[in-house]
Amino acid sequence: MAHDTTEKIRSHAEHDFLKRKRSAEMRHQLTSFAIMIFLTLIAFTMVAAGFSTYLIVPIILLLAGVQVVLQLYHFMHLSNKGHGMVAFFMFSGIFVAFITVLALVTIVWW
Amino acid sequence: MDLNKRYTPQSWPDHPETATLEGKNKFIGFWLLLAAETVTFASLFATYLALKDRGPSGMEFTSSGLFELPLVFAMTMILLTSSLTSVYAIHHMKNHNFKAMQAWLGITVLLGVVFLGLEIYEFNHYVHLGFGYTNSAFSAAFYTLVGTHGAHVLFGLSWFIALMIRNSKRGLNTYNAPKFYLAALYWHFIDVVWVFIFTVVYLMGAIS
Repeated sequence: MAHDTTEKIRSHAEHDFLKRKRSAEMRHQLTSFAIMIFLTLIAFTMVAAGFSTYLIVPIILLLAGVQVVLQLYHFMHLSNKGHGMVAFFMFSGIFVAFITVLALVTIVWW
Repeated sequence: MDLNKRYTPQSWPDHPETATLEGKNKFIGFWLLLAAETVTFASLFATYLALKDRGPSGMEFTSSGLFELPLVFAMTMILLTSSLTSVYAIHHMKNHNFKAMQAWLGITVLLGVVFLGLEIYEFNHYVHLGFGYTNSAFSAAFYTLVGTHGAHVLFGLSWFIALMIRNSKRGLNTYNAPKFYLAALYWHFIDVVWVFIFTVVYLMGAIS
């Protein structure tokens, strides 16, 4: 049956170790969250402060990119073991996405 | 298998979402969907960028005068926080703490509802200003892009609520663990798309 798994009862030591590992992971997630909030604040502040457009646009796009990497690799666990195939899917998707945006924007601008 | 099989934190698998073959298949299939969704949103973003501030001559609405950044900032913070609360939900799922998971999912849903309410308020506000869907090429591209994201939020909320209600008496097992895990992945993806919406549509719109 597709649902069947071999059941393994962990010892107390193993269990405590896993629990501690997960708590440590959760603290890392909180750090990522703090960074994301900080990046968002920078982006909004820069626009509110009214810097030059040519300065703001590349920087906020870069900040968005960093934030998305944090979401994908930390919140969505893309960096974990067993994510090779799904990372391949996502990068293919991002590649096609990039080409799509590039094509439509250049058609209009030129 | 027995859908009502009981697990304890000691017997709960380390990766319950991929402990079964069905879970593994769902995991792969769902990421393939997310990759396809990336392309869907890319085409909507590309359309928006191509049609931004364009329309019939004499149109009065452009992105720089229209968008209200304080509202967008609040929406961004709410959605980002809801992404974190769903991380907490999955953290408790992995520790086999069903009640804590349900509670964090409840908070996630609440934040999502607030986000959706603010988006409806925003759209309603624009329509009352006269910036309707058929106002210009710009308005159609804007509502299609941001509206598609809003539809994803609505779907994600319905998904969470359906899972919470359907499994409320069942507890956690390897049958429903993949379902909760994938719903949370979907919710993070919605936040990923919003990061680009607030950057490309609202922030870049406000400065042009």
